[in-house]
Amino acid sequence: MSPDGHATAVHGGGAHAAAAHAGHFDSAEQQRESASLGMWVFLVTELMFFGGLFLAYIVYRSAWPEAFGAASHHLDVRLGTFNTIVLIGSSLTMALAVRSAQLGRRQAVVIFLVLTMILGATFLGVKAYEYHHKAVEHLLPGHGFQFEGADPRHASMFFCLYFAMTGLHALHMIVGLGILTVMLIMGARGRFSAAYYNPIECSGLYWHFVDIIWIFLFPLLYLLERHG
Amino acid sequence: MSAAPTETGSEPRTHYLNDGYGIKSWLLTTDHKRIAILYLISITVFFALGGLMAVLIRLELATPEGDLFQPDMYNRLFTMHGIFMIFFFLIPGVPAVLGNFFIPIMVGARDLAFPRLNLLSWYIFNIGGIFAFWAMMHGGIDTGWTFYTPYSTTYASTHVLPTALGIFIAGFSSILTGLNFVVTVHRMRAPGLTWFRLPLFVWAMYATSLIIILGTPVVAVTILLVGAERLFGVGIFDPALGGDPLLFQHLFWFYSHPAVYIMVLPSMGVVSEIVPAFARRKIFGYRFIAYSSIALAVLGFLVWGHHMFVAGMSIYAATIFSILSMLVAVPSAIKVFNWTATLYKGAVSWETPMLYALGFIGLFTIGGLTGVMLATLGIDLHVHDTYFIVAHFHYIMVGGAIMGYLGGLHYWWPKITGKLYSRFWSRISAGVIFIGFNVTFLPQFILGYLGMPRRYHSYPPEFQVLNVMSSAGATILGVGYVIPLVYFIWSMRYGKQASSNPWGAVGLEWETTSPPPTHNFETQPVVSRGPYEYPPPKEAPVVA
Ligand SMILES: [Cu+2]
Repeated sequence: MSPDGHATAVHGGGAHAAAAHAGHFDSAEQQRESASLGMWVFLVTELMFFGGLFLAYIVYRSAWPEAFGAASHHLDVRLGTFNTIVLIGSSLTMALAVRSAQLGRRQAVVIFLVLTMILGATFLGVKAYEYHHKAVEHLLPGHGFQFEGADPRHASMFFCLYFAMTGLHALHMIVGLGILTVMLIMGARGRFSAAYYNPIECSGLYWHFVDIIWIFLFPLLYLLERHG
Repeated sequence: MSAAPTETGSEPRTHYLNDGYGIKSWLLTTDHKRIAILYLISITVFFALGGLMAVLIRLELATPEGDLFQPDMYNRLFTMHGIFMIFFFLIPGVPAVLGNFFIPIMVGARDLAFPRLNLLSWYIFNIGGIFAFWAMMHGGIDTGWTFYTPYSTTYASTHVLPTALGIFIAGFSSILTGLNFVVTVHRMRAPGLTWFRLPLFVWAMYATSLIIILGTPVVAVTILLVGAERLFGVGIFDPALGGDPLLFQHLFWFYSHPAVYIMVLPSMGVVSEIVPAFARRKIFGYRFIAYSSIALAVLGFLVWGHHMFVAGMSIYAATIFSILSMLVAVPSAIKVFNWTATLYKGAVSWETPMLYALGFIGLFTIGGLTGVMLATLGIDLHVHDTYFIVAHFHYIMVGGAIMGYLGGLHYWWPKITGKLYSRFWSRISAGVIFIGFNVTFLPQFILGYLGMPRRYHSYPPEFQVLNVMSSAGATILGVGYVIPLVYFIWSMRYGKQASSNPWGAVGLEWETTSPPPTHNFETQPVVSRGPYEYPPPKEAPVVA
């Protein structure tokens, strides 16, 4: 390559003038683009992960529509709707937190992150209440499962998939809250600026992704069969 | 390029191997080259484990009677042979070792985009391996490597969960590796290095990464559901509880068919590097080979049904899967024809890497053509679950993937270690492996066609001659694998110093010193032409 011996020493053992990026990157811009692309690729794998569950649910739902429909009537649509609104609200506050970080407004970052975390925790609280309710009604799949209906076996399958899907989603929410805690500490210390906001931007992508999963879970689990 | 004054090794030079000593400098390294070495050690251990199982299987099958093992023990042996070889050797194999080492160098970067993630992936991989190893030491697993339900749920008395957990965990390490490769290829390319100046090895690794990213999460969630079924006694795949075992097979093969390309595409990339280097010719049909890698990644996701022709599938679905499976032959053949065209009128030299690459082309062609036969519904029904299948996929995975892996290891060993291995012994090993492989697996085609089913520890006496041939071939093959182990280790201590470009090949990896410095290049390379510009200008020095 380049027989004319183009030899601009870009790298000199970490002796960069602007040390705002890791040594193996050429610029902060390259680092930001890499982090963001990495996050998107990660979200693609997450999508395929949930995709397997969505497929299983859709296949079985279309195989046994009556049993799944009957089972889905045991979910509380009002709580589900409430949680959906809560999560959409948290996406808004998350977006505002990222925007504030890009503008370098430290206090606003902290406020919006705290709001996001409160909304996230509210969602999890409601979810825990719903789970508890299912346990009381003997709707936990397994040996103690009791269901008054024509096809308890496939109703049990509905609840199995319900717990698997919402449980994995809740797990992602909990991980998200952990990430936001780190972001909160970084934000409070004023680590974000118009020149550096990678971590909070990627955390935002993750948070929005988890919200979008719920936007699909809610109608699939709660709303089908609720017309009329 | 910058000067590389220590071509002859006359004065000490800092490179990635002597840049820090001690166990900590290895276990906490973020250098992609050192991580590649760590992976090399790990997967060699797993290869040896899987190989040991193969030895025991072939020993049992040397006689028609089941005299060495109980049937149950035999089930465990072939299951663990498959699990270690596939999930802990072939899938990480070329990507985690050769890809890890050479992708950053080939794109002219100082490291992968996420070096710490890279190290993390190695730890995750080993944790997964330890789970699987623990399960093996405590009695193993007898479901077959496919974990079919209800073998793995209702009727499983063995360590399904720890093994499945190990595979689940190891899956995340391949996801991290794939993610790292994709971002590196997109964002870390040197100035002037456009997509169509990338070496074909990078193209192949990019396509492989796409498969890993899209496929692995699906098998992960499938394993999770099997786990839920076993732990809580709920019915997802178990028909007795209202589930459908076919859904498991669909989800499993949605990953595990593309996984074949995770194993063989990287080796195709290696062959695309070796063939032009030893034919001294520019590769024929560069763009076709590049696009065919992507085509294999895409098509690979559309053909999983061919594993389930006898499992309960409508004739229409089976026909579509059959046709799509035959289409896979198109991009595969494009590669083989382009390699052959590159060889034509080339100044071919019979160095060891080239012997392996030629072995790959021949064996992969047999494996691929029998694959087309198996895509045909009638033939598949006839030979389903016989040794014909076993022979077919070993031609792809051993004759293809492992030949490519060894070829790459031989091609880049002087770069990785800075040492030359024995030319004589390495050429012997390539020959022994090629002969041993064919003696092992050609008889299995015939056995399968005559109707010998797979997964049994005893068989009718009329099959003994061919089985003894196969076992004898496996012995030769085993010897063939031990020889490189010996001379590679020997070369690290006693081998002659390698120059920066011992093969006279082109490519960014040959423009830096052997072994490369910690940051790969003394100065940032700038690329001004395509790959494979053979013959390399004699007068123009490799280092400017
Ligand atoms: Cu297949």
